[in-house]
Amino acid sequence: MNIFVLLKQTFDTEERIVIKDGEISDDGVKYVMNPYDEYAVEEALLQRDQHGGMITVVGVGPDRTAEALRTALAMGADEAVLISNDGLATDEYTVSRLLAAYFGQQSYDLIIGGNFSVDSGGGQVAVRLSQLLDIPHTSSITKMTINGQQVTVERDAEGDTETLELSLPAVFTAQQGLNEPRYPSLPGIMKAKKKPFHRIAVADLGVSDSEAAAKTKRIALSLPPQRQSGRILQGDYAQQAAELVHLLRTEAKLI
Amino acid sequence: MGKTYVVVAEVRGGSLRQVALEALQAVSIAKHDGDSTAAVLIGSQITPLASELANYVEGQVYSIDHPDLEIYNPEAYLNVMKTVFERVTPDVVVLGHTALGRDLGPAIAAHLDAGQISDVTAIEKSGDDVIYTRPLYAGKAFEQKQFTGGTQVVTIRPNNIDPAAASSSPAEIVELEYAPAGSLRSIVKDIVRKTSGKVDLTEAKIVVSGGRGVKSADGFKPLEELADVLHGAVGASRAACDAGYCDYSMQIGQTGKVVTPEIYIACGISGAIQHLAGMSQSRVIIAINKDPEAPIFKVADYGIVGDLFEVVPLLTQEFRKVLV
Repeated sequence: MNIFVLLKQTFDTEERIVIKDGEISDDGVKYVMNPYDEYAVEEALLQRDQHGGMITVVGVGPDRTAEALRTALAMGADEAVLISNDGLATDEYTVSRLLAAYFGQQSYDLIIGGNFSVDSGGGQVAVRLSQLLDIPHTSSITKMTINGQQVTVERDAEGDTETLELSLPAVFTAQQGLNEPRYPSLPGIMKAKKKPFHRIAVADLGVSDSEAAAKTKRIALSLPPQRQSGRILQGDYAQQAAELVHLLRTEAKLI
Repeated sequence: MGKTYVVVAEVRGGSLRQVALEALQAVSIAKHDGDSTAAVLIGSQITPLASELANYVEGQVYSIDHPDLEIYNPEAYLNVMKTVFERVTPDVVVLGHTALGRDLGPAIAAHLDAGQISDVTAIEKSGDDVIYTRPLYAGKAFEQKQFTGGTQVVTIRPNNIDPAAASSSPAEIVELEYAPAGSLRSIVKDIVRKTSGKVDLTEAKIVVSGGRGVKSADGFKPLEELADVLHGAVGASRAACDAGYCDYSMQIGQTGKVVTPEIYIACGISGAIQHLAGMSQSRVIIAINKDPEAPIFKVADYGIVGDLFEVVPLLTQEFRKVLV
């Protein structure tokens, strides 16, 4: 089975956001694999170990994305592909077009991505890709069972659980709860260094810059208003509980 | 020629979702003179909903009513939209940023070769342009975006834009036939609805949330009692989910759900940055934590330094007194 994982590198979720000169500053920022993509990598590993095959992790992004791809190799993926978008204004439209061009040259059975990325959070790329490749998809899955070409998945739809059946090839996006992503082991990290790592330029995909041009653009950035710390209540617990309810009624007027 | 806006009005549990009216309002904010609106209603036995929806739309309501459409299926719903697009050529398609819209939106965008701006929290007009505001990093920052041209798809975050008011001239209802495709490539075999009566976490007006301090799955019981009294929902921090005290579907934060309730009660939550991203836009934040130095107190409007297992039941008691 040819398994592909769509992967993005994001800021660590413990990072604060600082805006400098109208851009989000990446000074000293720690980058990680998008947390939802970790579930996708883990699921790919579990499925490969059960059914055999090969896992290729694919990222579209700047050069530093290589770190996240190497993490996936260290977890156990077999090959990595970095499609460099340097110098190209990129939105979800662009990324899905580049990926579609890449997959046009591949033979694929199973494509898994994260449910969304924790930075821009658009949640578009994987679903767009399924349409561009004209194959079925299920987003936000919490369980996957593969039997031959038949896949049964559970999808989280705002608390409801839907069970769906699809046949491969197909695209899926991973929701929390799908599995428990492993940490890269030391031998895994050593092995990763020797695994194939391919870099592809946009031109290699036969997509012109105008074909892949972003259809949306950012015009401004801002931070949410800072919250002020409020008051710490005093007295014994019963007094504080009564005071709090009183304040919610009289001051906040919410009860 | 003006632009044509197409709003996908979502049905859930036999009713029109409020986000459908919010999407219609988004269109009336974005619209210029000469633009037109059509709404699309997809489901099973939706005749009464079509009449209800027509009150909020000037233009047409396309109603596609078929037993096979009761449950969302990406392929079937996209086929329906393709039928609609044969009748009306869209310039802008607007959906809710819900389980359905998050899935159908990008599929429509790819089909129409369109750009998409997802999870929009505010819309404004600037001359001929429309500016869309949306969160980044789950709300640690916000960006304003525009389309550079072409067909456009927008998904609207629920509870952020006021719902549309009734229109002066109700829409014409156009019923379209649904021809089920011979074979769909993905089939919904089963659906398990979440426990009825429980308030959805992302729609709750009050959220009671537990962190590592709840210590166990049982530790959530007093939080559930408090949430019941307040008709609220129970959430959790990543620490509580990772520790196995609760299901990941309850997780609030940059990974997990973003909530913006009127009252957020954080119990035994230290206030890691990734958690704050998911709740700091709440109107009033209450923190209960043993550690007076916990960062959660820095964003809380009201803080109680103390043991949640003593404080929460007392709060439940106090709320019960005033609410019953």
